[in-house]
Amino acid sequence: MRRQSDNAITLYHLVMMMPRWCLLLMVVPAWADEGIFDQYRDLMGDDNPAIFVIEEGEEFWAQVQGPSAATLEACDLGLGAGITRGAYAQFPRYFADTDRVMDIETRLIHCMETLQGRDRTVTTAKPYSLRGDFGTELEALVTWLAAESEGVVIAPEQAHPKERAMYAMGEEIFFYRAGPHDFSCATCHEQSNKRIRLQQLPNLTEHTEVAEAYGSWPAYRMSQGLVRTMGWRLQDCFRQQRWPRLIFGSEVSIALQTYMAVNAAGGVMTAPGLKR
Amino acid sequence: MKATLRRMGLVVWIVVAPVAMSEDLASLIAASFSDKGQATLQRLEQDPVQQHCSRPRDQTANDEIAITLRQQRLDAVVFPEDGDFLGDWQRGAAVAASGRGLQSNDDPSIANGGNCYACHQLAPTEVAYGTLGPSLTQYGLRGQSDAMLRYTWTKLWDTHAFNLCSHMPRFGAQKILTEQQLKDVMAFLLDPNSSVNQSTEGPSSSY
Repeated sequence: MRRQSDNAITLYHLVMMMPRWCLLLMVVPAWADEGIFDQYRDLMGDDNPAIFVIEEGEEFWAQVQGPSAATLEACDLGLGAGITRGAYAQFPRYFADTDRVMDIETRLIHCMETLQGRDRTVTTAKPYSLRGDFGTELEALVTWLAAESEGVVIAPEQAHPKERAMYAMGEEIFFYRAGPHDFSCATCHEQSNKRIRLQQLPNLTEHTEVAEAYGSWPAYRMSQGLVRTMGWRLQDCFRQQRWPRLIFGSEVSIALQTYMAVNAAGGVMTAPGLKR
Repeated sequence: MKATLRRMGLVVWIVVAPVAMSEDLASLIAASFSDKGQATLQRLEQDPVQQHCSRPRDQTANDEIAITLRQQRLDAVVFPEDGDFLGDWQRGAAVAASGRGLQSNDDPSIANGGNCYACHQLAPTEVAYGTLGPSLTQYGLRGQSDAMLRYTWTKLWDTHAFNLCSHMPRFGAQKILTEQQLKDVMAFLLDPNSSVNQSTEGPSSSY
């Protein structure tokens, strides 16, 4: 599915090579350096392998699919049918046609169903790729749409009562402790300048930090060789929290994305990001 | 400022409608998760400590409920029956380094880890340590008095017995680690020969 041009292979090799000598040159003598990964990112510059996923997503958007033999080009992402530029930066938002607050992932599933006639049980069966996979259609679409908001100010809608209720729920869930380890989102994400092992943790209650974190997803994860979306990020957080499995497109998922997006409002979208 | 105002609003809301809020939240949460492996929906039901501690830090007042809850946790601590607090520090080092266990994708037949390094600095030779908790390097300099043994055991068994709403898991009370594993971690912290208590720079002056 993913094209491997000569350019892609060169870039792939670069990505695979860099951790080794970066570790030797930088990481070992500077363990305590908080900005070590920023330096790594700077070295990578614009060479984010996500650029190939962006291209793929754009192709999926215009690809005729499903029983209705339609593309997604008429999908309304909140700014009007087919308008993609800046749309990501305003999610999650309320949609009158579904009477629901939706994140971009569930909105895309909705468009696949209504425009293309595709069965939602099929399109949501495996929204996120497993390690070693090439990436899913949804991941590619979200990555492209995030890129369509690059440099755009994060401005989630909070006009509708359901949008405000979603934020309030998100804040409640953020601090909700449960499970054998008593973990909540806040356990790791309500303080600044903390880390797990060597992984820096953003304080998601603090505007500047949440803007940087939220605005950098979806992101290419070098350790996995895949682009990961915010929906996936939340699922994996809850796995580590020892909670059950977060259902794709569930209220909790959208509430937490709303909590982060509103706290990040005014920041700028930089996604797709590049992460360890 | 904006966030503070929101929180203030939330406090008012909680005070006014505590029952409605918790019911809404509980059903919302239950509907958003599914069982996977050993991680079942039952885990989302809160005990009184979890319920009390599910608020932003700055809202957790040291009120009467907190004092009562802390005393309950203290009274419920189970000390080793044989009176022996210290196991094998090398086995304890392995427990401290392992982050596996109790996740939906973990095999429940394999022993859980304590994942101590996720949050604490321990042996100075391990550079990949987290900073959510304080550094415990040279912890053994505190000695092995009965008070220290009981204090450290209690901290590991149920951190809320001393510091209600601490971020640290209750390794004994929640059966994350076995009694033997806890003894081994105790030795890892307190045994003078343990790597926690070695230093290339001489004894620490912190304690």
